[in-house]
Amino acid sequence: MRSNVPASLILSVALLGLAGLVLTVGFAPGPVSAQMLMNGTGATFPYPIYSKWFDEYIKVDPSVRFNYQSIGSGGGIRQIMERTVDFGASDGPMTDEQLTKAPGELFHIPTVLGAVVPTYKLPGDPKLRFTSDLLAEIFLGKITKWNDPRIVAVNPGVALPDRPIIVVHRSDGSGTTYIWTDYLAKVSKEWEQRVGRGTSVNWPVGLGGKGNEGVAGQVKSTPGAIGYVELAYATKNNLPAAAIRNQAGKFVEPSIQSTTAAAAGAAKNMPSDFRVSLTNPPGEDAYPIASFTWLLVYKDQPHQVKGQALVKFLWWAIHDGQKYTSNLLYAPLPSQVVSQIEAKVKQITYQGKPLLAAR
Amino acid sequence: MKARVRRGINAVMEWLTAMSALVVVLPLILILVFLVYQGASALNLDFFIHLPKPVGEPGGGMANAIVGTLILIGLASCLGLPLGILGGVYLAESRDRRLPWVIRFLADVLNGVPSIVIGIFAYTVVVLPLRRFSALAGGFALAVIMLPIVLRTTEELVRLVPASLREAALALGIPEWKVILRVVLPTARAGIITGVMVSIARIAGETAPLLFTAFGNRFWHQGLLQPIAALPLQIFAYAIAPYDDWHRQAWAGALVLIVMIFSSSLIARIVTKGRYSGVR
Amino acid sequence: MRRLAHSTRVTGGWGDHLFRLLIRAAALILLVIVLGLVIVMIRAAFPSIRAFGWSFLFTSRWDPVAEKFGALPLIYGTIVSSVLALLIAVPLGIGAAVYLSEVAPPWISPPISFLIELLAAVPSVVYGLWGIFILAPWLRTQVQPALGATLGFLPLFQGPPYGVGMLAAGLILAIMVVPFIIAVSREVLLAVPNAQREAALALGATRWETTRLAVLRYARSGLMGAVLLGLGRSLGETMAVTMVIGNRPEISASLFAPGYTMASMIANEFAEATSDLYLSALIEVGLLLFVVTVIVNALARLLVWSVGGAVKAVRE
Repeated sequence: MRSNVPASLILSVALLGLAGLVLTVGFAPGPVSAQMLMNGTGATFPYPIYSKWFDEYIKVDPSVRFNYQSIGSGGGIRQIMERTVDFGASDGPMTDEQLTKAPGELFHIPTVLGAVVPTYKLPGDPKLRFTSDLLAEIFLGKITKWNDPRIVAVNPGVALPDRPIIVVHRSDGSGTTYIWTDYLAKVSKEWEQRVGRGTSVNWPVGLGGKGNEGVAGQVKSTPGAIGYVELAYATKNNLPAAAIRNQAGKFVEPSIQSTTAAAAGAAKNMPSDFRVSLTNPPGEDAYPIASFTWLLVYKDQPHQVKGQALVKFLWWAIHDGQKYTSNLLYAPLPSQVVSQIEAKVKQITYQGKPLLAAR
Repeated sequence: MKARVRRGINAVMEWLTAMSALVVVLPLILILVFLVYQGASALNLDFFIHLPKPVGEPGGGMANAIVGTLILIGLASCLGLPLGILGGVYLAESRDRRLPWVIRFLADVLNGVPSIVIGIFAYTVVVLPLRRFSALAGGFALAVIMLPIVLRTTEELVRLVPASLREAALALGIPEWKVILRVVLPTARAGIITGVMVSIARIAGETAPLLFTAFGNRFWHQGLLQPIAALPLQIFAYAIAPYDDWHRQAWAGALVLIVMIFSSSLIARIVTKGRYSGVR
Repeated sequence: MRRLAHSTRVTGGWGDHLFRLLIRAAALILLVIVLGLVIVMIRAAFPSIRAFGWSFLFTSRWDPVAEKFGALPLIYGTIVSSVLALLIAVPLGIGAAVYLSEVAPPWISPPISFLIELLAAVPSVVYGLWGIFILAPWLRTQVQPALGATLGFLPLFQGPPYGVGMLAAGLILAIMVVPFIIAVSREVLLAVPNAQREAALALGATRWETTRLAVLRYARSGLMGAVLLGLGRSLGETMAVTMVIGNRPEISASLFAPGYTMASMIANEFAEATSDLYLSALIEVGLLLFVVTVIVNALARLLVWSVGGAVKAVRE
């Protein structure tokens, strides 16, 4: 018998040892042990503030870790319906059909307010403003050059280059898309008929980017591009956020104040399930494309401990968590809405018993 | 045709083929060099020790992704290696009439299936019934990818073991199964390990099947039934994001991944150096 | 290759029986996995098959809002990007393989072949990374404007220079597939019996003439097989393509336009298909991809085997 070559013998022992080690490590929890992992997925729109919250919340409750993967609102809706995650997140409200199909009653819990802004990349970084018609025409593919007279008319004094407009939209199922198309459908009959509103639509023109991250990334690296992203994505990447003319006729910049103004009217007539659209509001200082973003949770939680951790987090988010919003340019929840949400969170149960003790 | 013309054509054609080789090899080398340069400049100790930071905050690392990839490889190996090696032995040693042919054909089919399709399979078969994304699902998907490679390599290596060795052992009265386990496999060991290293190199870089199985995790893994981070997943997520710091980290991650893969391939080569001349 | 054929009777004690059972079980598990894959996918794709029938292959509209799905743009994108890749990779790849196996001095061939094997192992996502940050900007700022200015009268080169798009996808696929084609072609060429070459040389042929008449002609079907294997590989390529193709399910004559392939659409939209029909349509796309790659690969292997002795190369 040929003598066993020591090299291959050592190697096979090493491989087996490695596999064993890796598995032992795998079965045991990670370096910081004995923590509960809550998994959530969904919207990229609030991802900047959610990731901040989940990072801060570790100090509040070190026994829980919230793992959030931002894959788009469509994913959030899908995965919570499949129950592969503990909570979902979406800025496009679920449709009645989706709610009926879900295996249990789902709550929409509003967390913050955000604005969807048109962002663009042009040499010289000019400050632009748009009307609702302009946006619809650009995204319908009817205006194709930056120095189109219609754009020039709205932006007097700005030197617009003779470049093609490169439209960037979302390639994945997106609540941001829902908010954007909801607005365009309200202000443009043609858009409503040709394209409609939804988390995923049949875009007339443009490139697809994955997530708010992908759109921002694409716009940032493509001179002549225009896309729509949540405000935080524009500012964090030094991309401009254009002003839009609102229903009252005034050009409004996206900001915390104008977003809050957009929600003012809705706060008075909030439906009990919180599924409300804030686009194209009547207020004078209101930004036209703002929206709530929701966390999707089951009314009846399947696990007691996890359910408790979840409601505790929700309570923290709608109160203490709101102080992190301004830094990231999200608007905090209006106070009337907060008390309504409190009532809703108290309705979350485990086997019929409310999880949140009376406060 | 005149001899000079023919020689001329010969020279031109030889030159053209050499140029093809150059045109092919040069850009590839440039890509690698660029990768090493970008990745190395972004690598620091933080990268290997720390977890990812919240969006937009610089710093942080991919420690969990590196460990996650190792765990997924380990898991895939535990699922795929025994099946692959035993299956390979079956193909080489079995006296069945038609089943080996079918198995061989199916293994080749499986080898050519795009990994994203295998991801769909793993989602339907592991994620949905368990109602969760998990390292297990990711490991399963990777095991399915690695299986045909290990299978065919093992089969071939086992066949290469000289019959005289087997016959000698059998003549000594050793039962067949012992012959295979104690004589044949150890002799073929180096080649089988090569197949294993090659398949590990292949699955270490797979991203698509992990997208909706392992799912990704911003924190350390929490056992095999929870989502887990993986290096290729993290690279992908960072690459398409707009943050410059994340781009740097993506390059660093790519470098680490390449080093892992090349090491596997190199080890495979070294182990079989000169042992199976004439075969490869 | 010799089995223990002389012991034709199934002898041996329970140890042998058990062992034989064990290895047969392992093989059967593989069978179950592959069959399971096919069955699972057909079942999951069935609602979409029933809803759209054959028109799924011929309709252009991918509309999740109206729930109308047609895979034609995806099929188009997959084919175009792969064909473009092969147009670039095949001449270069086979040329390089010829160089390595016939022309190169003996000290060049091993290190270069080794290098090419290593490069074949580079993962898709790394190529994609390079594609986003190096290739796409280069195309957008240098190549596409130049092509548009000179050849812009052709519909192939019209449209704004996005950088990302079909051209980027085709180029990156070419780069990924070429090491593969070289490796397999080289094995095929090496498998050509030396007698063929010697015969040609004995008749006074130059090296190129030998290659052309004796080697290439003999290896023709094997080389076609290598090309088909490259095609099979590029059809299923997901990550690098997703990162540079522009993600737009639309058919356009221009190479500058964004597109979509079957694999990259699944990668982008699978986790979030909000309705059952949507998910089913995506799985039907996956099924389509599966069927196409199986056919291409099967054909490829038949062709490569016909040259004989090149079985090893095929296991990639």
